[in-house]
Amino acid sequence: MDRFVDLTLSGLASGAIYAALALSLVIIYQATRLVNFAQPAMALVAVYTAATVAPLTGSYWIGFIAALTVGTAVGALAERFIVRPIARTSQLNAIIVTLGLLLIAQGGVGMIWGNQQHGFGYAFDYVGRLSPADVFALVSVGTVAVLLFCVYRFTPLGLQMRAAAFRPEAARLSGVKVGLMLTAGWAFSALIAALAGMLAGPPFISPNVFDIVFVYGITAAVVGGLDSPFGAIIGGLLVGLGMSYVSGYAGPELATLTALALVVLVLSVRPDGILSRPTARKV
Amino acid sequence: MSTSATEREQRAPVSGPASTARSPRERWRALPSPLRHLLLAALALVVVTGLLLVTGDLTALRFAAVGYTMLSIAGLQLLVGGSGQVSLGHGAFMMIGAYTMALLVGNLPMLPLSANLVLVVVVATVAGVLVGAATARLHGPYLAGATLILAVGLPGLTHRYHEFLGGSNGLTVRTAGAPPFLQGLLSASEWKALVVWTTVVIGLAVLATVSTGRLGRRMRAIRDDETAAAMSGIPVGATKVVAFVIASAAGGLAGGLQVYVLGTATPSIFTLALSLTLLAALVLGGIGSMWGALWAALAVVYLEIWLSDAVRAFSLSRDVENNLPIVLFGVLLILVLRFQPLGFHGILQRLGARLRSGRH
Amino acid sequence: MRTTTITARRGTLAAALALTLAATACTGAGEVAEQDGPDLSVSTGVTDDAVVIGTHQPLTGPAAAGYASISRGTAAVFDHINEQGGIHGRQIDYRVEDDGYDPARTIDVTRKLVIEDEIFAMLGGLGTPTHGGVVDYLNEEGVPDVFPASGALAWNNTEEHPLTYGWQVDYTKEAKIQGEYITENFPDQAVGYLYQNDDVGENSQEGLDQYLTDEVVAREHYESEAPDLSSQMAEFKRSEAEVIVCSCIPAFVALGMLEAASIDYQPQWVVSSIGGDTATLQGLLAQFTKDTDAEGVPADAFLDGLIITGYMPRVEDPDDEWAAFFADIYEEYGEGDTLTNTHLYGMTQAVMFAQVLMSAGPDLTRQALIDALEAQEWQGPGAVPFSSSDGDHGGHQGAYVVQYNEGGETEMIQGARVTDRDGGLIEESDYEPLSPEELVFHD
Repeated sequence: MDRFVDLTLSGLASGAIYAALALSLVIIYQATRLVNFAQPAMALVAVYTAATVAPLTGSYWIGFIAALTVGTAVGALAERFIVRPIARTSQLNAIIVTLGLLLIAQGGVGMIWGNQQHGFGYAFDYVGRLSPADVFALVSVGTVAVLLFCVYRFTPLGLQMRAAAFRPEAARLSGVKVGLMLTAGWAFSALIAALAGMLAGPPFISPNVFDIVFVYGITAAVVGGLDSPFGAIIGGLLVGLGMSYVSGYAGPELATLTALALVVLVLSVRPDGILSRPTARKV
Repeated sequence: MSTSATEREQRAPVSGPASTARSPRERWRALPSPLRHLLLAALALVVVTGLLLVTGDLTALRFAAVGYTMLSIAGLQLLVGGSGQVSLGHGAFMMIGAYTMALLVGNLPMLPLSANLVLVVVVATVAGVLVGAATARLHGPYLAGATLILAVGLPGLTHRYHEFLGGSNGLTVRTAGAPPFLQGLLSASEWKALVVWTTVVIGLAVLATVSTGRLGRRMRAIRDDETAAAMSGIPVGATKVVAFVIASAAGGLAGGLQVYVLGTATPSIFTLALSLTLLAALVLGGIGSMWGALWAALAVVYLEIWLSDAVRAFSLSRDVENNLPIVLFGVLLILVLRFQPLGFHGILQRLGARLRSGRH
Repeated sequence: MRTTTITARRGTLAAALALTLAATACTGAGEVAEQDGPDLSVSTGVTDDAVVIGTHQPLTGPAAAGYASISRGTAAVFDHINEQGGIHGRQIDYRVEDDGYDPARTIDVTRKLVIEDEIFAMLGGLGTPTHGGVVDYLNEEGVPDVFPASGALAWNNTEEHPLTYGWQVDYTKEAKIQGEYITENFPDQAVGYLYQNDDVGENSQEGLDQYLTDEVVAREHYESEAPDLSSQMAEFKRSEAEVIVCSCIPAFVALGMLEAASIDYQPQWVVSSIGGDTATLQGLLAQFTKDTDAEGVPADAFLDGLIITGYMPRVEDPDDEWAAFFADIYEEYGEGDTLTNTHLYGMTQAVMFAQVLMSAGPDLTRQALIDALEAQEWQGPGAVPFSSSDGDHGGHQGAYVVQYNEGGETEMIQGARVTDRDGGLIEESDYEPLSPEELVFHD
């Protein structure tokens, strides 16, 4: 029983991080109908910014703000100048261009900071079963999800963004600045990716640190449903808990297989994820 | 994209200096498609043999790598370019083929290579049926996500069953070189490169035949408009599964050949990076054409080597020197997509068209 | 439609036919004919004023995080040697190829080194899965395969791989010494094993289990791809293990310590040489604890009391002349990064290899190098006896035990002991390495 509680808590903590990554993917998907493979790139740039700024200023929180700012800026710039001209052509090209961005970020980080590991701290004390750092992760991810939901549902900005993504032509005709909306979607998503990076980065960072975390993020987004922020949260927690139980009870080598099994199981029942809205597919 | 991939390919070999005579081309086109592809395959083999005879062991190894990588990418091209299903987990199929081959050679050393290859294809086909059936209902990003986690999850098996699959150190086997009567003429590597290319050109001929045939047309119909394809009576689900099966068989065969050449199969070969590289290279080479698969394979094998050599020519700090090739590859990907979405093949075609129009 | 199906079938038929033809021409794919040994009386890669040495290392990719500094250390020592005039008038031309820890790339870059760069020898090829793919090739081509950087037992096999000379103390020998030390110094305390789920863990347990039996209360493993030790540490705490033997790489030692701290669990850590680089650990933990609101302990407090087995000079040891010497060299020829024991790994290899080149004499052939290796009387800088002759290519034969104390220094708590990988005894050794001034390893 004791072990079960331990595994549950650690599953929730890692699940929160996967949920954050999944959220960031869902936003870009909602705003641009793309899966963003450059997401770990933004998280990476963000944490390395924090790891550089924090020691210089002596404050974790200045580093934190710098990380989110730089991450957001990178996301917006990448959309405007690199992704937009290419992604229109096809879904495949969009995947490849974001992969290209990822390679540039990983190589670039390696060029500047080297490939060795660096220590990287948590925002709060990590000691304890459900430590302040874990609580911070859960709370911040939950807050972001609620905020996003509200923005998308209840504000004109959210409406315009959704319109720009689903019916770009119609949106343009009714006066929505479609391009601006796309950039805004990427900026939002990059902001959350940067936050996820700050949560997932500790204790040690290196250029490839987010590769596997990102895969679980995608898994969570796919399991939860790419159209639903709450689905991302559910997916993230499911993946986190599932992997925690399986590696605890059956062995850590099965963690990735658990994620695979989860995807197969969920998608064979609901091909668009758990919380997908039943769209009228035309077949 | 609507012109079939292989139509362009068929034109290529005869569009050389001899393209003045129109009748040979017509006669060529009148041949049945499998025969044409086999003739092309034989031609390719002759070219590779010629090249091998004038180069050394290192080139033989890299040629072999180009060969099996090309087969793997050609399979992926049929799946992605043909049926429009974007798979990020092609490395998983290569891994299945590779481990099958390593287990066969390690446990049943008396089996001839051809039997091994056939068994590899059989196992990969079964894997393709399973994956294809599990993913047939998925579309777009869901399929991408599911195949991605397949590529990451599958290597977990090698750790779980490490007694059998060797854990992170994988399986190491030794494969026989040239048969006795050829020893002295060909080194083991050259012989292996020839065997690889023989298998690869047969595989490519089969893929090209499929692609130009009814199945290929059905796949393209589904890629262009799934609803319309279903309305015109094409069995959408089954065709999608078949596309996966063919891609898996090609990928598995490529993995088997890789083990035959390298003698080792480990989880650290079949990483997520491999799957993503295959897909990126496919787009870089030019999707929609077998020639694209060739440029893609050349890029996978040689680009990194060339970039590293180029970077070393400047005296840079170690960190920069090690990582710059990665950055350059990323930049190249973006530039090619930005200015030439059809990849190297698109560039070559454009050049070819310009040459032709210049002559007339 | 029908004709296409038929022609498609015909295509398959032709393919099947070709395969059958190939089948009749081939014997069993796994039946490899024995070959004569390669010619070693050659001086490939040697000129009057230079000798080319190659290696494969992970400089990019996930494994680079832990190992990229090894070849930097090696290169710095070779730069120093070259500055001093080289070895028998020859400069060492050290070529490092990046394999990203991908065995397929290792095979490619190794061929490149052998065929294109025409290396004289391979030095310190890194990794078990990676080097495992080229060890046959190097031996068949007659390229001396000196000091592969991994502790796999496989390198010490003079029958199959006569030209391969192991380096690292093998995991089983080291674990036996750990096991004996624990039974002698922590009698009747509960012990937990934390190990990497590959040959590191497997071979280490073989050694530990020779000395520890009933004391072992938990065995937990990790996968190097999954950086999470929370459930493992919780299990150790629950089973009340007082001593944890960690057969892990540095990142996981540090992670384990953090996880232990987060659940308020303070075991005695015993770490093997592969993970016992306190300079690296300290770097990781110091950056981790700096500038956060975490009411943390300073990095050093984590490491206080840590017991480490090792076989090379250590940067933390203030009295070690070799460590001081290496620090000076890295100051001058290094890349400006902090010197760690991982650098020292490469530097120690470089000095020992240089010694062999020196003993091989001015008329350098591969046979001369092999003869020198077989006849070498090793006197440092490695801190334990070294074996490269008489059918035993096992490299370092044992280990010493040190304890790290808060403040950044290690204390020798048990001198070098040697043993075998089977049930043999552990014996004390009176081995003393020569100092940097005494040892001859360059002109």
